Amino acid sequence: MEALVSILIGTLTGCGVYLILRNRTFPVVLGLTFLSYAVNLFLLVMGRLTIGKPPIIAENITEYADPLPQALVLTAIVISFAMTAFVIVLSLKAYLEMGNDHVDGKHKS
Amino acid sequence: MISHIAILPVIWPLLMGALLLLLQKQGLQTVRAVSIASVSILTVLAGYLLNIVNDGEILVYELGNWPPPFGIVLVADRLAAWMLLITALVSAFALLYAIQGTDSDGPHFHVLFQLQLFGLNGAFLTGDLFNLFVFFEILLLASYGLLLHGGGRLRTIAGLHFVIINLVGSTLFLFAVGTLYGLLGTLNMADLAVKAAGAVDDDVALIRAAGLLLFAVFALKAALLPLYLWLPAAYAHTTAPVAALFAIMTKVGAYSILRVYTLIFGSQAGSVADLIAPWLLPLALATLIAGVLGVLASTHLRQQIAYLVIASIGTLLIAFGINTHTSIAAGLFYLPHSTFAAAAFFLLADIIATRRSEMSDRFEPGPVIAHHRITGVLFFIAAILIAGLPPLSGFVGKLLILQAAIPHAALPWIMGAMLITSLLTIIALARSGSMLFYRAQLPQAPHTAGGGDGSGSQHILTPGVSGLAIVICLLSLCVVLTIGAGAVSEFALATANQLLQPEDYVQSVLGTAR
Amino acid sequence: MNLLLVALIPFAGGIFVASISRFGRLYSAWGAGAVTLLALAFLYPSIADVFAEQTVIQRWRWIPVLGLDLAFRLDGLGLLFSLLILGIGILIIIYARYYLSERDDMGRFYAYLMMFMGSMLGIVLSENVIQLLIFWELTSLSSFLLISYWQQRHESRSGARMALAVTGGGGLALLGGFLLLGEICGSYDLSVILASGDSISQHPWYLPMLILVLLGAFTKSAQFPFHFWLPNAMAAPTPVSAYLHSATMVKAGVFLLARLFPALSGTPEWFWLVSMTGLATLLIAAYIAMFEHDLKGLLAYSTISHLGLITLLFGMDTPLAAVAAVFHIINHAIFKASLFMAAGIIDHEAGTRDMRRLRGLWKFMPHTAALSMVAAASMAGVPLFNGFLSKEMFFAETLHHINHPWGWLMPVAATLAGVFAVAYSLRFIHAVFFSGAPVDLPKTPHEPPRWMKVPVELLIALCLLVGMLPALTVEPILGVAAMGVLQGPVPDHDLAIWHGFNPAVWMSIIALTGGILAYLGRKPLSVLHDHMGSRIDFKLLYNSLIDWLFQAASQITRFLNANSLQRMVLVFMLFIMALGVTSFIDSSSALTGDRQLLSMDAVSLLITIILIIAALGTVIMHRQRLVSLILLGAVGLGVALVFIKFSAPDLALTQLSVEVVTIVLMLLALYFLPQYSPKESSNPARYRDALIAIAAGTGVSLLVWAILTRPYQTIADYFLENSMPGGGGANVVNVILVDFRGYDTLGEITVLALAGLGIYAMLHQLKLSGAEADQQGRSWDNDMHPLIMASFVRLLLPLALLVSVYILLRGHNFPGGGFIAGLITAVALIMQYLANGVSWAQARLTVNMHTVISAGLLIAALTGLASWAFDHPFLTSTFGHLNWPVIGEFELASAMAFDLGVYLVVVGTTLLILIYLGLVHKESHTTHVRKRIR
Repeated sequence: MEALVSILIGTLTGCGVYLILRNRTFPVVLGLTFLSYAVNLFLLVMGRLTIGKPPIIAENITEYADPLPQALVLTAIVISFAMTAFVIVLSLKAYLEMGNDHVDGKHKS
Repeated sequence: MISHIAILPVIWPLLMGALLLLLQKQGLQTVRAVSIASVSILTVLAGYLLNIVNDGEILVYELGNWPPPFGIVLVADRLAAWMLLITALVSAFALLYAIQGTDSDGPHFHVLFQLQLFGLNGAFLTGDLFNLFVFFEILLLASYGLLLHGGGRLRTIAGLHFVIINLVGSTLFLFAVGTLYGLLGTLNMADLAVKAAGAVDDDVALIRAAGLLLFAVFALKAALLPLYLWLPAAYAHTTAPVAALFAIMTKVGAYSILRVYTLIFGSQAGSVADLIAPWLLPLALATLIAGVLGVLASTHLRQQIAYLVIASIGTLLIAFGINTHTSIAAGLFYLPHSTFAAAAFFLLADIIATRRSEMSDRFEPGPVIAHHRITGVLFFIAAILIAGLPPLSGFVGKLLILQAAIPHAALPWIMGAMLITSLLTIIALARSGSMLFYRAQLPQAPHTAGGGDGSGSQHILTPGVSGLAIVICLLSLCVVLTIGAGAVSEFALATANQLLQPEDYVQSVLGTAR
Repeated sequence: MNLLLVALIPFAGGIFVASISRFGRLYSAWGAGAVTLLALAFLYPSIADVFAEQTVIQRWRWIPVLGLDLAFRLDGLGLLFSLLILGIGILIIIYARYYLSERDDMGRFYAYLMMFMGSMLGIVLSENVIQLLIFWELTSLSSFLLISYWQQRHESRSGARMALAVTGGGGLALLGGFLLLGEICGSYDLSVILASGDSISQHPWYLPMLILVLLGAFTKSAQFPFHFWLPNAMAAPTPVSAYLHSATMVKAGVFLLARLFPALSGTPEWFWLVSMTGLATLLIAAYIAMFEHDLKGLLAYSTISHLGLITLLFGMDTPLAAVAAVFHIINHAIFKASLFMAAGIIDHEAGTRDMRRLRGLWKFMPHTAALSMVAAASMAGVPLFNGFLSKEMFFAETLHHINHPWGWLMPVAATLAGVFAVAYSLRFIHAVFFSGAPVDLPKTPHEPPRWMKVPVELLIALCLLVGMLPALTVEPILGVAAMGVLQGPVPDHDLAIWHGFNPAVWMSIIALTGGILAYLGRKPLSVLHDHMGSRIDFKLLYNSLIDWLFQAASQITRFLNANSLQRMVLVFMLFIMALGVTSFIDSSSALTGDRQLLSMDAVSLLITIILIIAALGTVIMHRQRLVSLILLGAVGLGVALVFIKFSAPDLALTQLSVEVVTIVLMLLALYFLPQYSPKESSNPARYRDALIAIAAGTGVSLLVWAILTRPYQTIADYFLENSMPGGGGANVVNVILVDFRGYDTLGEITVLALAGLGIYAMLHQLKLSGAEADQQGRSWDNDMHPLIMASFVRLLLPLALLVSVYILLRGHNFPGGGFIAGLITAVALIMQYLANGVSWAQARLTVNMHTVISAGLLIAALTGLASWAFDHPFLTSTFGHLNWPVIGEFELASAMAFDLGVYLVVVGTTLLILIYLGLVHKESHTTHVRKRIR
């Protein structure tokens, strides 16, 4: 299972990195979203993998997943949501002011 | 009765920001008044805090009354208080300049400004690594807003680059923090210091990796070579008060480097000790040189100042890179100087650009500007300051750094780089000055608003004499720094000693030595 | 105290002079004179001590950390220079008052002059070498201002910048040298440094230190090959030139040689470096001077050559030579000042300085001519004039090393230089005042105003007095000055005019006759000179160097910073990888740890595979934007599934709701953005990026693997234990968010609010024009709000709101909480907008979102502040159970109020963003519709 998760997170990161190296804003935004998926999963699994033990206190349960990484991920999700929203609108603004959506505001072709 | 002074400088601007958001309808004058009042009070708070911690005491504030390392703590030591005061001062003058019209170029300037301070102060005071990330995000988002304030094509593209590269940086930050948590199981910096020092050999390489990734994040914020590429456009194309405020932004990166790599990865950190020693000094030297080359290459004043900021970061990190008591002290003296000087220069450049109307601040012979005599004098002083020529604080700072470098093995490199770059800076600034002032031809330029750089910022009221007054105030801060150099340098030395004694920090946070 | 004032009064005086100039241009002249006299007055009390062979030292603490005090020192050398600076300064002030024209701003001129005077005094009165350097650089700066005084002239600007670059650069070298010197001696105080000559010359750093210091001295005193800035500094007004060339600036360089003579001299390095530089300068400059056509140019090169002579004397490294050097410093100051003033008068009254046009001025200005002749004779070293005496001593000294194999070289060179000197002095007189009639001068020359000549007359009187009665006039001050230089007894020297027929006399005679012959034979000589035109023009050399510098800089900068985002990201990635890789070099740590691993099950495998396919699909299809967006949504949902799988229900919920809003946002954006990305980046670029991506991915995978396979302890247990008793909530994640780490959450919602405000600010100025039709030219559907959906969604709203409130309240004990609740509410409201149109919704939802956001922030913050009332730290939570009728037992926690704040910020921000984006969307959309209706 650990191997599976490692590969998954690696793949998401790789996809993100490739996309943020593109020269149009839209794929770059996609890439950033990928990176945030990857890093959110990464943070979560830093508490190691636990299946079926949500950290919600109840009688006659003693084993719980590490709640702290989950809390961190929640914060991270929200922040990355804010950032994504901002960058989407910014790229929109750039497109409408420059007349093209090149990341440097000019056609390279 | 417990003291809340440690959190006040953080929570105050947040409250004011939220309040200003409510006050939007009350009209610009009210908003301005509140904003100014807020920053003035913040300055007082910072001064008060500095006064308290000056005797070497380290204030620890346990948020939510949870003991560290479980809850988040704020830690106010000399360094933190020093950064707070510098930030408050520079922001106060930036704001004073802004209320002359820049702030009305777009909505929410003052809210963003206050929340920017919330982010900055939070970052300086926090003792928790993940919380540092959160406050980095706050100050970044606020800075995005401020950077784009007023609009304009060049600004938008510069902003886009700034935002995206920093988003990548934030992601990296999370990877690093996650790794550290996954290996050491804690987020509190003092606790991290303890755990890192006692890490099992099997984990050392991974911890080092995390530490170095963190360094990449801070290097990006500090605009260290090769990660400075975002800075010139961003600083050159934003509005003057924002550029002035951003003079402190790069210092946040420098601060984080100093904090993390003296506390967690310092010389006491056992198998992960002196993590960035092989990287920092060479990169800092390269940054200084690259920055000064940019200064020579610049085609207009604000771009030139942006590169001067990079050069100053190089100088500052040279001091930190030498990594001795005296060198760090030298850096801590140089830090406020470079901040104030850069801020003053940005404001001055805006005044010049506005007065030269469509010539803006391009290095071409333009019209004779209003108050050209006093403006010229101020330019001369600012240039002396920033080039590190005698007798002002820039010279004292460089002198302290050079003297601290004497025992270092790389002395020839450090001295060579710093002296030659100073000469190049002089040459470049002499050229700029003679272009902007000496080759000016009559007749008087009409007082038209807005720079000709296409930033489209339309000042309702061109910064006039009062603008110059603000520049004079900032410059006189540097003069004060020069005259009081004795006291300041002794404080800086005390701060450096405190930083290189991380045991005290750990002791006061965790209540136990490492 | 008085020495400090002597140095600082002129600076204060500068400001004073500038300020009084507005009352009348002459006021500043009088003011400057008064300031100078005042400085002299303050110097006076200490003079007696110096003649009593004491060294006056006064110090104040400044920067102890740096070992840098404000320390002033007055000994013979300092006194001599102070007197020269102030005395000649006075004369310059008088002279300039008549020289400057109506158009020139006297206030500015005298202010600069005062600053410059103060800097010079600071140099010669400093006890601390770092302080000396501070004043040293101040002379560079103030001379920059003086030389560029006529700023509208190109040569003034370039000359000033050249002077600043050369002398300022030298100053920086000097700084390095002084730092090393201070390290060697353990102090920056001259009294220490001068006392430790031997230990200095023994030190391994001696040579580098010496070179750096000499660089400073030589650049300042215009020694070859740094001499070129001085002739170009002639662009300054003549009074300034007179001052710079005689008593100040260039003399600062030789002053430094004199000052550090006891500390640095006495080694072969010193001998060779200093004497050879001096010799070269002496000869080259004297030679060039012969062929200058510009009056001031001739004088400038003669200055350089005389400075070379003085440097050479110091380089000879004998006490007597040092005495001679000091003597020549005095003499040169006197006659060179007078010569420059004379040249200024000629320029002023004849309107040109070109010696090919100035002829036979004797008829027009005999008085000036007479004065000039005396000064020139002194410069040439003619007996009975002061220049002769020191030159005589110089000639005598050159014979000092006669026994060395190459010993004959120095006297010969000296004599040759003497020949040149006589020649150019003769030319200065003959060409200007005799040899026919003037050639079309701009104005008819005449004698200058009375007071313009007085300074010259005084100096000439000195020339004669010193020349004829040296023992009476100059001996006392020369004695103490020499003592100050040597820091010890002065060798006996006899300043008689006649010592009998010794070699020195013969050298003088050869020099005089040779000089006359050379001048008579000037025609063939100058022809010869012009033929060997291969002389390097240092000015051009310098300028091309500077141009090259600027070009190189801009090329490098353009290469480094292409201002391209892709470049930035690329560099960033490579940097990260470099750091990452290096951290594993020579590390013994194994990759895989020894933790008990979980077994894999088919479902997770399937989900993972689907996820990976979707992810790769997004990358491959990223040019078809809509498709890639849909795939991205799929990935997001997959991530939510993973969260559920690994027991993180809160994350799953959050991820889902965020996913929805994000996708809606992107769709809205995509309405304006192009639907397809052009295929631009070349294959190599794509392969490179793919490579980097794969490397990054692999790195992360390995990292995850390495960590997941390692055991660890964490602080987690504490939260599990204290969540119920301390936080009053069963959902530990939520308790952490609102209590243990509520501070993070406070920051997090601030980020959210900031995003909202920032986006609002961006859209505020944005004038959107949406696509009239999509890329295929299919026009958008005009029927905006299908009825069934509209009414259905309206029914849905209350339900959704109810759910969100439920989620908000239960959050503390079960998955949920303010953030998720907020998003649900937001989505519900957004659906109203989508289904019923912006106008419909806005008519019903009148709340200002800014208010909601700020309310949320305030509630959260104030909840935290409330705990202060109970003397608890910020954000300390409290909770209790109250028993409500009907509903029954119900828990109330302060954290819930905090969560309410979160809820409000989320709702406010999300709506703010989507509504405004929707609004612009609507505008653009409806305009098209209207267009089509018309």
